[in-house]
Amino acid sequence: MSAAAIAGAARAQSGGLRRFASQEALLALAVIGLAVIVGFVNPRFLATRNLSDLLLGNAYIAVAAIGMSMVIISGNIDISVGALIGVLATISGSLAVAGAPILVTWLAPLILGVAVMAAQGAVVAYLRIPAIVLTLGMLSILKGGLISVTGGKWITDLPQNFHLADLAVLDVPMPVVIMVLATALAAFWMRYSASGRAIYATGGNAEAARLCGVNPQRTVVMVFALHGFFAGIATLVYATQLRVIQSTTPPGLELTVITASVVGGVSILGGVGTVVGSTLAAILIAEITSALVFVNVSPYWTDALRGGLILATVIADILRRQRRAARGWSK
Amino acid sequence: MTLAAEARARGIPWWLKRHETVLAIILMIALIGLGASNERFLTLDNLLNQGRLMTEIGLIALPMTFVIITGGIDLSVGAVVGLCAIMLGYSWKNIGLPLPVAIAFAFAVGGFAGFVNGLVITRIKVPPLIMTIATLALYRGLAEGISQAHSVRGYPEWFYVLGQGDVLGVPTQLVVLVILVVVAGVALDRTTFGRTLYAIGANETAARFSALPVDRVKLIVYTLSGLASGLAAIVLVSRVTTTRMDMGMGYELDVIAAVVLGGASIFGGSGTIWGTAIGLAMIQLLKNGLALTGVKGDATIVVIGVALILSVLIASSLQRRRD
Repeated sequence: MSAAAIAGAARAQSGGLRRFASQEALLALAVIGLAVIVGFVNPRFLATRNLSDLLLGNAYIAVAAIGMSMVIISGNIDISVGALIGVLATISGSLAVAGAPILVTWLAPLILGVAVMAAQGAVVAYLRIPAIVLTLGMLSILKGGLISVTGGKWITDLPQNFHLADLAVLDVPMPVVIMVLATALAAFWMRYSASGRAIYATGGNAEAARLCGVNPQRTVVMVFALHGFFAGIATLVYATQLRVIQSTTPPGLELTVITASVVGGVSILGGVGTVVGSTLAAILIAEITSALVFVNVSPYWTDALRGGLILATVIADILRRQRRAARGWSK
Repeated sequence: MTLAAEARARGIPWWLKRHETVLAIILMIALIGLGASNERFLTLDNLLNQGRLMTEIGLIALPMTFVIITGGIDLSVGAVVGLCAIMLGYSWKNIGLPLPVAIAFAFAVGGFAGFVNGLVITRIKVPPLIMTIATLALYRGLAEGISQAHSVRGYPEWFYVLGQGDVLGVPTQLVVLVILVVVAGVALDRTTFGRTLYAIGANETAARFSALPVDRVKLIVYTLSGLASGLAAIVLVSRVTTTRMDMGMGYELDVIAAVVLGGASIFGGSGTIWGTAIGLAMIQLLKNGLALTGVKGDATIVVIGVALILSVLIASSLQRRRD
């Protein structure tokens, strides 16, 4: 065996190790490590009640981040999702109060979510409008529209059977079930199906994808439609937990969702990332926010921390890519 | 075929086909229409007051035009306004700096915030969109963390001259804005710096091969964006007399809408300060006109959203027809 081949084998082995030290593994470690450290400082953090509240209250962010990850992997972005979830929650709640069949109130956000996002996807794909401008406009349309239609009224007296999130499967609360199922299904689909791989191909290099027989435009529409579907599910998880639905958009939600995707290892340059990573990141961010309270740091620092986290991940991602590209160049 | 040649061939004077001319004509029609429907609209008092209200957005829209011409974007401007406003109030009230020093400090913080954006964008090559989304969260978070949601009020009387005073009957900040519009417009049209922006936006690689200082120019442009946001924060605090951590929230939408409506291509390489100024005036008049006809504030952001999307759609379909 030549020296070069040995070096190559050694590199392959260390590559394998490096794959083990993936973003997902790092995130899982961070989730556990943080819990141990904060639990050490303040044992009440580890109370079952706190941990389950943490998961229940943030499952919808993880679900929304699944769709967001797909959008970002395909090389686009969506900053209207927070406003959309606010609008869908209000519609679903209003339907429930108006006495619509419960199945209709649950299905409406899914259908409307798909419709709004698929339309945006079509404009991005076929009219070549940058997603950032389109979704920025849509953000203000949804947000302004919601407040001016409802006047910011609260929706109360929701029927008992509306609260899907109160149900449990084998003692596991529904939001957690939905989060785990949605993440697993999306992860398998993206990894093993042709249309799932097409998302990575489109985001990695749209022209190359086209030459391989992938239709990048159709893929982008599909990705946005799926993103709308997951936004609909996120709405269900979010709205059916509430006793009172405020008909305003949750402030900064789109940023939280984007942060979960990016910190979860989804590359903002497209083509790379997994939804397992984004779900773990959503949990980590929720954990950090909650931990701040338990170690007596003002919650007003949460956003700065989140911003710092997203910035650090993005810079690390770019530097890693550059180093990899440089290594490929020298070969 | 160039725009001018194409227009000549069809027998239309070239200046009539310019985006700015079309916009100005629409603006005139809107003015007359709104004036006819409401007698309170076309009064000197109302128009000057609208000028006062649009200054903060206008100040930021000038460097944003530069940024967008280079093919970049800056979404953090609203957060920088919030951070600078908080730094102004905090350094004056809590640290006890004299107010003039606090003003200079807030301005400098804005410049530094923009400089950081530019540095990471040019050195580490983080795409501007992502960098400024990240710093949007970071700068707003710093404003929240530093202020701990406390607002600051009780500034001395002289400080309000900038935001509430007049110079020969014209709002002080409007005078500042008009001067800066002219400076920015001339800089863009007549200086090497300005022409470099177009070169970068049209083809960055070609600009690099032409030995243009691409990175340095980009760094300057993002720093200017931060400085303008700092200035806007000072004007805003002076106008509304208090400092709150949520100041400037959502400004990025209004600013980008004004620039894009003014004819700048979001893909870079085209746009003018004069177009931006007209776009800015149109958005403000739209808001004001709607408010006078009884439409509430929240509905006006719907209209801005629609205007933004429509103007990009129309611009891109015109572009495709020309190609």
